[in-house]
Amino acid sequence: MENLLLEMRQIDKVFPGVKALSSVDFTLRAGEIHSIMGENGAGKSTLIKVLTGVYPRDGGSIYMEGKAIAPRTPKEAQEVGISTVYQEVNLCANLTVTENIFIGRQPTKHGFIDWKQMNTRAQELLQKLNVDIDVTKTLDHYSVAIQQMIAIARSVDVSAKILILDEPTSSLDEQETQKLFTVIRRLKKQGMGIIFISHFLEQIYDLCEKITILRNGELVGAYDVAKLPRVELIAKMIGKDLSALKDFDKSEEKSVPSAGVFLDAKNISCIGKLNHMDVQIHQGEVMGFAGLLGSGRTETAELLFGINKITAGEILIHGTQMRLDEPMKAMQQKIAFCPEDRKQQGVVGDLSVRENIILALQAKDGIFHHIPLNEQIVIVDDYIKLLNIKVSDREQLIKNLSGGNQQKVIIARWLATNPELLILDEPTRGIDVGTKNEIQKMAVTLAKQKGMAVIFISSELDEMIRTCSKLIVLRDRNKVAEIEGDAISSENVMRAIAGGDA
Amino acid sequence: METLKKITASPLFLPLFALAVLLIFNIIFVDGFLTIEMTDDGRLYGRLIDILNRSSSLIILALGMTFVIATSGIDISVGSVIAISSAVCCTLIGGRGDGAAEYPMLLAMLAAVLAGVLCGVWNGLLVAKFKIQPVVATLILMTAGRGIAQLITEGQIITVYYKPFAYIGSSIPGNILPTTIFIAIAMILLVTFIIKKTSIGLFVQSVGINPTASRFTGINVTFVIFLVYAFSGFCAGVSGLIESSLIRAADANNAGLNMEMDAILAVALGGTLLSGGKFNIGGSVIGAITIQTLTTTMYALGVSSEQLPVIKAVAVIILCLMQSSKFRVMFNNWKSRNKVGPQGDKNFLMDEKAVNKA
Repeated sequence: MENLLLEMRQIDKVFPGVKALSSVDFTLRAGEIHSIMGENGAGKSTLIKVLTGVYPRDGGSIYMEGKAIAPRTPKEAQEVGISTVYQEVNLCANLTVTENIFIGRQPTKHGFIDWKQMNTRAQELLQKLNVDIDVTKTLDHYSVAIQQMIAIARSVDVSAKILILDEPTSSLDEQETQKLFTVIRRLKKQGMGIIFISHFLEQIYDLCEKITILRNGELVGAYDVAKLPRVELIAKMIGKDLSALKDFDKSEEKSVPSAGVFLDAKNISCIGKLNHMDVQIHQGEVMGFAGLLGSGRTETAELLFGINKITAGEILIHGTQMRLDEPMKAMQQKIAFCPEDRKQQGVVGDLSVRENIILALQAKDGIFHHIPLNEQIVIVDDYIKLLNIKVSDREQLIKNLSGGNQQKVIIARWLATNPELLILDEPTRGIDVGTKNEIQKMAVTLAKQKGMAVIFISSELDEMIRTCSKLIVLRDRNKVAEIEGDAISSENVMRAIAGGDA
Repeated sequence: METLKKITASPLFLPLFALAVLLIFNIIFVDGFLTIEMTDDGRLYGRLIDILNRSSSLIILALGMTFVIATSGIDISVGSVIAISSAVCCTLIGGRGDGAAEYPMLLAMLAAVLAGVLCGVWNGLLVAKFKIQPVVATLILMTAGRGIAQLITEGQIITVYYKPFAYIGSSIPGNILPTTIFIAIAMILLVTFIIKKTSIGLFVQSVGINPTASRFTGINVTFVIFLVYAFSGFCAGVSGLIESSLIRAADANNAGLNMEMDAILAVALGGTLLSGGKFNIGGSVIGAITIQTLTTTMYALGVSSEQLPVIKAVAVIILCLMQSSKFRVMFNNWKSRNKVGPQGDKNFLMDEKAVNKA
């Protein structure tokens, strides 16, 4: 039985200067979980946006259950049964769970909002997804994972036939992800067609049955997951042979810490964020902070960079005690920090690539030591070349770059300050496989060649295992283990994260 | 076609276009608009000179306001700060009938500007340090400021008979142009110098676009925001000198009345988005001149000062619509619907050209 739910045929989309999609086909069956994969800029988001009516298409046709459809706005798409949960949860933090679910379509009674019915229905909807929470509390009471579920509950309630999940797991930890997957599988059983977009290969192999691969706006093909080995998938996505990925040899490439201690944090705490942590970072070492989301990895990084103040303990840099209570003080000690939330904490969207790169260095130099334009250009062009940042020119606005290139700009911003300690918090989140690899390699190279100390924080274990020569494992805001050298393996780290090692 | 597109896309296009329209309108409908004559005591006189003279204090206000708006803030207290500044200046010089000054004029001027800076510092503290919303924070001084000015002048309108005081608003003997123009130019040069030689411009824009990321980059966001309000207060202080000198008096109730709105309008007209971010000093200056030209034109046409706000409201509506991206899309759709076929093809060709170039 074919059971075709959605057919997109010969879809074309042209942006000024770029052909974003050229005759792409996509087929989704009912009760199928289907992933769309491709490097950044391959056309995944564009295809989704064409489907959901965000962008008008320039050619091709879309059929839903055999009928041609042409949604012009996300609302129209929703009306025909296509619902989307976006990467960034777009709900309102200060409204209650119920309000978030029913916003814009509140059930009414005699012309007034029927709160009772609304709350009961919200509760029911969430229970269907196995989430049991107080729906009258405001959204900010709940974790991002729960918020994600609420977003899904909201989409599912509009009697959707197709649910699009765009990077839904990028801010979830392992446990939360599994919970989400249970929900997705249940929806699949109900006959919903699900489009699942993610950068996590593991998850795609865990969850999906089919993969459609795009490259440079063109269709590479649609494959059964079971018949497509990972290596082949990556080869198809990046369209080049895998030696580039394979030469990342574990034992050879790792950094070797030198004797010099750059930073020594003794017993540092921050109330509600971190308890009694000891860290010693050597020059020339890539150290990883592993642990689940909220375990204290980002919190530690923020303490070291002075975003938050330590409430106990001390931080020594090159053996001298320092008070790092604002970012500038950390920067003066040659610490650099690429934050986790690129969009909120990193990118200054309306500024050019040049201005974004120069920003930290200029802040460090101060208002009155303006870097002359010609010097700026030299610095910026160097880093664009060094990090292989794909820009049309240095005055391009950063918001028009892909995620991977934005991340590179932020890294360039910090390298320009010539740091001795570079903290990379989730530097590879939401970017394509090729760039991921480049960034991992870069971290190791900086440590090896420049003797820089690097702290690498990531949710992807295999990436940490490949990159770091020492791992600090955190759980519930406490340091629980320190794993070094050959002892670094998925098993050891997982065991430490999960606990019960004592 | 390409060059035309380039010209219209320039941020200065809108304010210059508006100014040009107004000037052409004036040349056609207002008699002797372009005439500039020499008075007996050797000063240039004419409508154009008058417009420049009158727009000076607005230009200065707009300079300060531009930075404030670029941080996505707003300062609605500048009108009242002008009243405070003029009150301080005139009170110190004093209203003695024999034309003598109580305190040296230079001292009075410095004190007045300092009063403006203090007002700005107050606003800056409220907004930057205590995180009060800019409109609310500056509303305090907007309403209380005139009261403070009344306290300083003890409820009187202080008329200054000291001759040199009038030089600020008119001209220094032997000079053919009004002093105000020189003050405005000096202020513009000062701001240009600051932008060229310091990084404050970059920081202000960064803070306006993404304050969190700016903090994570080591920029002292609180200080940057504080600074722009303090500078806005400084500008208002200088404007206060001009405004009081023009009428040779301190009128706590009317000095600088509604000028905050004109300044905001000038900045918006100049191409700086009210949501903050990129700013355009040149645009603000031209914007201020345009607003003043509009005012002068309306007076010349016999529109009373009570009716003037209506005309300005229309200008504001048009301006906001032109800045709205939604409206632009609607407008372009409407345009392309009216021009079928060939026009669309031409656009397509142009896109293709761009592709080839890339």
